[in-house]
Amino acid sequence: MENDAIIEVRDLTVGYDRRAVLEKINFTVKKGEIFCILGGSGCGKSTLLKHMIGLLPPFSGDVRLFGESMVYADDAARHRLMRRFGVTYQGGALFGSMTLLENVELPLAEYTGLSRAERRKVAAEKLAQVDLAGFEDYMPAEISGGMRKRAGLARALALDPEMLFFDEPSAGLDPITAAELDRLILKLRDQSGATIVVVTHDLDSVFAIADRIIMLSKQDKKIVAEGSPCDLRENADMLWVRNFLTRDGLSRR
Amino acid sequence: MDRIGGEIRKILRQWMQLVEFFGQLGLDIRTDLRHPGRHRWRETLYYIDLCGRRSLGIVVLICGLMGFILALQGGLLIREYGGELFVADLVGFSLLKELGPLMVGMIATGRAGSAFAAEIGTMKVNEEVSALTTMGISPVRFLVVPKLLAMLIVLPLLAVAGDMAGLLGGLLIGVTYLDLPVSAYWGRTLQVLSPQVLTLGVLKCFVFAALITLIGCWRGFQADPDAQGVGRAATGAVVSSILLLVVADLFITLFYASIGC
Ligand SMILES: Nc1ncnc2c1ncn2[C@@H]1O[C@H](COP(=O)(O)OP(=O)(O)OP(=O)(O)O)[C@@H](O)[C@H]1O
Ligand SMILES: [Mg+2]
Repeated sequence: MENDAIIEVRDLTVGYDRRAVLEKINFTVKKGEIFCILGGSGCGKSTLLKHMIGLLPPFSGDVRLFGESMVYADDAARHRLMRRFGVTYQGGALFGSMTLLENVELPLAEYTGLSRAERRKVAAEKLAQVDLAGFEDYMPAEISGGMRKRAGLARALALDPEMLFFDEPSAGLDPITAAELDRLILKLRDQSGATIVVVTHDLDSVFAIADRIIMLSKQDKKIVAEGSPCDLRENADMLWVRNFLTRDGLSRR
Repeated sequence: MDRIGGEIRKILRQWMQLVEFFGQLGLDIRTDLRHPGRHRWRETLYYIDLCGRRSLGIVVLICGLMGFILALQGGLLIREYGGELFVADLVGFSLLKELGPLMVGMIATGRAGSAFAAEIGTMKVNEEVSALTTMGISPVRFLVVPKLLAMLIVLPLLAVAGDMAGLLGGLLIGVTYLDLPVSAYWGRTLQVLSPQVLTLGVLKCFVFAALITLIGCWRGFQADPDAQGVGRAATGAVVSSILLLVVADLFITLFYASIGC
């Protein structure tokens, strides 16, 4: 099982200004898995994600992607790793001075030898993939929040990454768009075998896409549950976990 | 005690980050020099336009008025003793060596320095800076280097324009209020002002350009990630730029004096 682990988080302690948010976290994600990180608000999900993608240095512990350490890598090695995964940010994080097409083109221009015409073609394909065909020449300020998110996804997909990280992809999306995004995530995994890590609050989405989840607890600063979502909903030891996954027992009518 | 420790650690960390910032800047400038095709020329042109063309009017106006005021003040004083022509010396020297570059620096601080801090601060809030990092693109190369190049090109040119406007402002007072013939005033100006004087002043602008850009960008990167944080970063950039501009001016002037210029 250790062999096909493509993400390994080992004894990771993270936080801000000496105040630990999560302590001694351990988990692995397998290749081709859709892995969701859940937990109450402020428990450190985004913080954990930022450390996994190398944006922040941890207090201690290690994050290994593709078998290489993100934490101890030198800058060149870390950049090499970063080119192999894509990240989509909560608000899309598009560059405001560039059109959608130019945003998606940017990683292609930086890392491929493609000609301008080829780059534009690939970028347009990626935008079409997230249902944004026809919006190539719009500026980020001229489209809605959900569209920005999808454009951010298109940009993350530009280099055909082997691994994708999402921070709250469905927050602020209407149910249909959110479902489409989930379908897209499943499609990406099925077509390209990409490994996908999602931070989310959206239980519908979790049950629709997640192979495995972890739940973080703010009080304990650690992982309190790990497994498939359906299994945890029925059989988790902690009442809190079962409540979380059933929306405190208040299920759909 | 713990609070003090925390504060000290924070300050130390900021200094560490500043050192890293300069290190990264050095690397990124080298990259762009080696691969000029990868430099972000479009952004550079945008900032040349923003800091240059759009500041030209106000630079000309302020420096013109500066020359005007200097001539007026100088004229009031000198008139009592005769020798009105020396007003040309006063205006020429103080503008070209000192006030022209300093005024341009101040205007650029208000225009460009604050805009740089706000822009980068906002990009930090929107996680655009994080997005650059995780795409493996150096935010410094992407965001700082184009601004720096633009400012290095623009400020010296603005200073020359401001100098000319100031000299004309002085001339205006010279020929009206002081009743000097145009040819006498202008002749005197050209006689005392060597190209060297102009160059010394313009050279200051390169230092000012680097200071304003780096302080603005640095403040932006350090901004607290919220709306107020971005506002504070912009104000902070202006205040520290003005202070450092004057301090840098002092040291440059001391240096010039020590080499006898
Ligand atoms: N930049 C920061 N500086 C200091 N503390 C921070 C910072 N960002 C987050 N925190 C703290 O870290 C903790 C975890 O924050 P984080 O954003 O990771 O939570 P989260 O699980 O993503 O919450 P949410 O579901 O609301 O997005 C919070 O208690 C927060 O106060
Ligand atoms: Mg979060």
